[in-house]
Parts: sequence; C-alpha cells; structure tokens
Amino acid sequence: MNLTEYLTQLKQKKKIGLMTHLVCGYPSLEVNYRTVSTMVEAGVDLMELQIPFSEPIADGPTMVKANQTALNQGTTVKDCLNLMREVTQKYTIPFLFMTYYNIPLQQGLLNFCQQTKEAGGSGLIVPDLPPEEAKEFIAACKEYRISPILLMSPTSSDRRLEMISRMADGFIYCVARKGVTGPKTDFSAAVRIFLRRCREKTSLPLALGFGVTSKADVDFLAGEADVAVIGSFMIKLLEKEGIEGVRSFLRTLI
Amino acid sequence: MTTLEKLEAVFFKLKEDPSFWQEYTRIMSTYSCRPTPLTFSQNLTKHFGGAKIYIKREDLNHTGAHKANNVMGQGLLVKRMGKPRVIAETGAGQHGVATATMAAKFGFECTIYMGEVDMERQSPNVFWMQQLGAEVVPVKDGTRTLKDAINESLRDWVTNMDTTHYVLGTACGPHPFPTMVAYFQSIIGQEAREQILKAENKLPDVICACVGGGSNALGIFQGFLEDEAVELVGVEAGGEGIKTGRHAARLTGDLGRPGVAQGYKTYFLQNEEGQMVETHSVAAGLDYIGVSPILADLYEKKRVKFTYATDEEVVEAMKLAMKKEGVIPALESAHAFVEAFKRAPEMSRDQIIIINQSGRGDKDIFTVADALKDKMWQEFIKHKAAIYESY
Repeated sequence: MNLTEYLTQLKQKKKIGLMTHLVCGYPSLEVNYRTVSTMVEAGVDLMELQIPFSEPIADGPTMVKANQTALNQGTTVKDCLNLMREVTQKYTIPFLFMTYYNIPLQQGLLNFCQQTKEAGGSGLIVPDLPPEEAKEFIAACKEYRISPILLMSPTSSDRRLEMISRMADGFIYCVARKGVTGPKTDFSAAVRIFLRRCREKTSLPLALGFGVTSKADVDFLAGEADVAVIGSFMIKLLEKEGIEGVRSFLRTLI
Repeated sequence: MTTLEKLEAVFFKLKEDPSFWQEYTRIMSTYSCRPTPLTFSQNLTKHFGGAKIYIKREDLNHTGAHKANNVMGQGLLVKRMGKPRVIAETGAGQHGVATATMAAKFGFECTIYMGEVDMERQSPNVFWMQQLGAEVVPVKDGTRTLKDAINESLRDWVTNMDTTHYVLGTACGPHPFPTMVAYFQSIIGQEAREQILKAENKLPDVICACVGGGSNALGIFQGFLEDEAVELVGVEAGGEGIKTGRHAARLTGDLGRPGVAQGYKTYFLQNEEGQMVETHSVAAGLDYIGVSPILADLYEKKRVKFTYATDEEVVEAMKLAMKKEGVIPALESAHAFVEAFKRAPEMSRDQIIIINQSGRGDKDIFTVADALKDKMWQEFIKHKAAIYESY
C-alpha cells in the first residue's frame, strides 16, 4: 500500500493522523529504537527519521543541536539505514527519511533511493531542495517507488503550489509559517486559510508541521489537515522528560 | 523562496538601469575611496628582478577591504526595497563591520551573526560593530565559525523576510546572491583594466587574487575575462599544508567535491558521506567550506587557475610586502602576494602581474601580531591586561 492510500484509509478511522520525528543517532541509536517502539505503541501513524547533516538550515536550535550531537557521535548514513531496516521489519506503520539534499546527492540519488527502498522506507523529505531543481531526485524516487514528499509554505505563490502539486507524491508537507523548525506556531485563521489554499491545489493528503506543540494544536488541525507533524517538540520532550514523558504526552493526544 | 524571487526581480531591474550604477559609483567615490589606486610596486619589482608588480589597492576602501563595494551596493538595493532591517554573517569581522557602517549610514536596524569562536578571535571587530550600532549575536552551533554564522543568518532571514534583507558577504549562497555580489565587486576589475592600460598601454600577463568565498577575486577577474591572454589565478588557503588536512583548498588538487549546502551548489570540502569538514587558515576570511559557484564554473572551464599558499608562506610574503613596499596587506590578501612572488622572478621584465590587495592588515593587529609571533606586542598586551586586572 502506498502512502496516499494509507493516509486515505487512515482518514476514515481517525479525525487526524499523527507523524512524529526523530534524529537518527540522537541522543543515541539505542534510544532511537526505544523511542520508535514507544511512539508506535502509543498509536503514532507514521514517522520521519532524520539523517543528520552538518548544515541543517531549515532547522531551529533543538534540531540543530540534535544533528550536531548525532554527527559528533559518529552517526553514519549506514546507521540510519540500519535503523530504518529494523523498525520497518518490526512495525507496520510507514517510515520516511528526512534529510538535506547533499546526503542523497553524495550517495548517488539512485543508489540512495534503492537503499531506502530496500530498508523499507516509504518516502523522502528533503527541505532544502526547491521543486525547480528536484526533477532528477523525483525521477530517482519514482524508479524505486518511494514517495518524494514536497513542501508547501504560506509564502509560496499559487503558481508554485501548482507546480509542487504536479510533482509531489504520497502527501504534501505543509509548513505552518515562515522560519525554521521549533518555535511555537500561532494556530489561527492564517493557518486555516493556508491549508485551504493547499487543498485547492492538490488532491494529495496534507500533513502540517512546524511549531505543533500541544493537544490544542492537533485539535485545531483536525478536519483541516490529514496529518499533524510533531518534530522539535518531541525531541525537547525526550530531552526533558525521557521516553516516559513522550509516552504520557502521546497518550493525551491519541 | 518568494523573497529570493523578489530580490532577483529588483536586482535585475536595477542592473538594467544606468542611473543605479551611477548612484553606486557616486556613493563609492564620496563615502569610500573609489576609484582605488593601482600602485606600481617598484621595490618589489626590483627585488624579484622579473615581471613588473602592480597592486590594486582595495585596502584603501572605507572599513579597509573590498567588502565595502558589496555592502554599499546591497544597501542601495535595500533602500529601493524599503526594508528597515539588515542582517549579515561575518567570519573575521570585516563584512560585519562593513555592513554595520552601511546600516548606520542608511539608517537600517542591523544584526550580525558571528561564530562564538570567531568572536573570541576577533574581539576588536565585535567592538567596532557594536560601536556602529549593530547587535552582534554569537552563534553557538556546529564549528561556531563562518559557515554556522551563514546558517543562522539564513534562519533569521526565512523567519523575518518581510522586514529584513540578508546582506550576504560573498559571491556564494542561493541565486541571485553570487551574481549580485559579483556585479557590485566588478567595479574592481573595471577600474584595474582602465588603470593598467593607462599606465602601461597594455594588459597584464597575470592577475593574482586570494579566494575565500571568492568575491574579491571575481571582482578583479571580471575586468579581464574576455582577454584570454591574461592569466587569472585564484589563491586558496593552504593552511598548515594540504597534506595535513588543515586547510581550506577546495578547488586546488581536487580536494573539494560538488555538493549542495547553504542553498547553493558548488565544490565543498566534505567527507565521503557529504558532511562538511572543518577548515583551517591563518586568515579567517578564507576559512570556509565552499567557494563561489561562478568561480567553480570558471575553474571547470579552465579560465581561472587555482593554487594555494600555506600559512607560513603567507606570513613571509606579508613581511616582505611591508618591509620592501610599505604596504600592509591583510593575511587574506597576502595569499595573492605569495603566488605573485613565486611567479615574478620567472617572468621577463616587460611582463606585468597585478595583485589584488583585497584588504588591509593593520586593523587586524591582534591576528597579525599572533601570526608574526611578535614578542613586543605580547608584552604590551600582558601589560595592558595587568592594568585592567588592577581596576
């Protein structure tokens, strides 16, 4: 089952799906395994595993620190692929890789997509790849039947949203506001209007991320988006309250 | 990205407007020192007994480097766009100081991002930026140097794009920055070409310029790109030697590989997996992982040759330039002197070399004194420290 079908079926069971995020190798690969298991058991619907990069320009302080620490601890692409393989063998929810373009580029786009597919990954999120430059990347994803997840943002023109819609597959990652990951988003009419603009342009499911930090945020998004994405907040929670903190927070959401 | 599209539209419109270039050269001649002189270096020429050595004096710009060309140009652009705030990254501090002066002159709010490591190394520049009214924000991520300051500036910019312009300091980063920065710096080459023709009635044989991001090199090279007989040489930071791995030579010796980071594609110093590696140079302005994509293109087309100079060679060249000619090149610019000094004795007396002295060294007294291992200066600082201690 591909990502779009999965999310369409999910929609019939739940008001809104939940995607969570972790940075491979942060705080350690061992904690990553336990975090995934906790999240899946708590009922998370899909997860993105971030392959750390030395120049994470779309990320805020929490993620930047996580990327840097993971790299300092020697986390490699191979480690990330191994993590992907293990979790996809064990759990049935879809897992995606999120990373910056230089990582697949240096591995060779086709090679990287092949390895992601073989490890059981369902899609790739590459926030620093503008759609104008994404042709080769998308072709490589299609070759190995994984979904290239493209981003729509409130500053994108209609023309751009249309282009993204034509190129995307799986679902659309909607960026709630300007800026980087982390800081809280003010969930107000502006987000709703933006999501409706996205909805007009694409029939793919919409995931919304950046600054989602509470049950109220997720409730706000129910009915507007298909999936709420909780990234930096999960990592902060993990830092402050450990896996137990993650578990009890997810319990309030699902 | 919409911000980049807007910037692109404004820039290309102004580029076609002759009055904009006139306004630019007017402000550069009244607020900075343009045209900067092309100095015939009689003593160095005699010393090496070969080619005639000329020096393009970008060090005589306001704030002491070619950086002024770019910031004033972008400042005029910001005025046209009507944005009230500018931000910039800085490594050694020169670009930060230049941006802070521009912001003061044009009345913009100004924030400078600077790696924590660089802030420690370059306190005097932090002092000046603050005196000029800029807020200097320490960047504590990654290697805490220039590349991290660029990342942080990009993050600020995507958050505050409505009110803020990012004054990128070199011909790198996402389009239209490389083109735009190269355009403002092309004033160096335009002048140098006219000046050498006036002085010698012919074109130079070789032009040497140091290459960090590459804006000063592109600036002077652009005056001579069509003149195929003119050899253009970019000098990268050889640091402690290429074999030690502690350097910033991306194009020399096939050490950098094409990659994508910080919003652009070029040759980066990176490991097998595509993670950027730590770079090193005695000259903070050359201590950077990437290089202008325009220079990378000229490298692939073999129009510009690349070589490197080690920290040790740079210090020696700087000493010689000071003692023989009374010029004080910045450590960055001294890289270009190293290459010119290697070539001059091998060339004939009717041949000509132009060195681009991109900045002055005297204002970086702390760094230069360290590089020269000057005892008297160390004693002075200890003495000064003892006085502060007793307050």
